[in-house]
Amino acid sequence: MTTPFFFWFFAAIVVFGAVGVVAMRQPVHSALFLLLSFFGIAALFVTLRAEFLAAVQILVYAGGIMVLFLFTIMLVNIRKTAGEPFLHRQAGAALLVAFLLLAVVGGTIVASSRTSGLADAGQSADPAKLSTTTITRTVTETVDGKVVKTPVTEEIAGNSQAVAWSLYRDYLLPFEVASVFLLVAMIGAVVLGKRTMERVD
Amino acid sequence: MSVTHYVALSFLLFAIGVTGVLIRRNLLTVLMSIELILNAANLNLIAFSRQFGDLNGQLFTVFVITLAAGEAAIGLAIIISLYRLKNSVNLDAVSELKG
Repeated sequence: MTTPFFFWFFAAIVVFGAVGVVAMRQPVHSALFLLLSFFGIAALFVTLRAEFLAAVQILVYAGGIMVLFLFTIMLVNIRKTAGEPFLHRQAGAALLVAFLLLAVVGGTIVASSRTSGLADAGQSADPAKLSTTTITRTVTETVDGKVVKTPVTEEIAGNSQAVAWSLYRDYLLPFEVASVFLLVAMIGAVVLGKRTMERVD
Repeated sequence: MSVTHYVALSFLLFAIGVTGVLIRRNLLTVLMSIELILNAANLNLIAFSRQFGDLNGQLFTVFVITLAAGEAAIGLAIIISLYRLKNSVNLDAVSELKG
C-alpha cells in the first residue's frame, strides 16, 4: 500500500510510545509517551490516505485530550504516592491474562491472514474512492416562469470533502447524537468537578 | 504494506493497552491505556477502510474519537472527585463497590 519504510518507522514509534505509557512510573512520563504514540498513529493515518483524520487525531487527541490529562495530573498530588509500588497487586495474574489474549488474538490474525489471503487483497482495492465522492444535488431554476428542478451529479475531490459529504449526508443523525453526547459529557464533567463531597478516609 | 501489517500493529497496540489496564495501579495510567485501546480500534477501522476503498471506516473513526473525548472528560472528572474523596488516585483505594 505504501512505502514500507514509513510503516515500519512509525509503527516502531507507536509501539515504543505505547510500551512507555504502560512501563513509566510517573503519570506525566506516561502522558508524554502517549503523545508520542498519538503522533505516530496520525502519521500512519496519512499512509492510509486518511489525511483528514490524521489532522483530527492531532487536534483532538494530541491537543485536547492530552491537555485534559496533563491538567488532571497537575490537580492530583502524585508526589505522595511516589514511593509506593506502581503495579497492581494482581500484576502477575494480569500479565498472564494479557499474554493469553495476545496468543489467542495474534494466532487468529496469523491464521486468518494465511487462509483468507487478506494479505495480498490490499492491492486490488481502489484507493481513489477514499478521496473522491460522487454527490447528487438538485439545481432549481426558473425557465419560462416554471420552476424546473434538475438533479446534477458531480464528483468532488479531497479526503476532507469526501468525509464531510458522507458525514453530513449519510451520518447526519449519528453526528447530532454525538454532539448531544459531547454536551452531556461536558455538563457531567462540570457537575462532577464542582460538587464538594464529604471525605471518607 | 498490506492490511495485515496494520491489523497486527493495531493488535499489538490493543494488547499493550489491555496490559496497562490490568497491571497499573494509577487510575490516570489506566485511562491512558484505554485511549491506546481506542486508538488500536481506529487504526483497524482506517486500515480496512483503505483495504475496501470505503469511506465508512473513516466516518466511524470520527465517532470513536468523539466518544474518546467524552470518555476522557467524564473519566478525568470522576478521577478528580475520587481524589477529593480518598486523597489518592490508586485503584486499590477504590473498593466501594465490593459491598
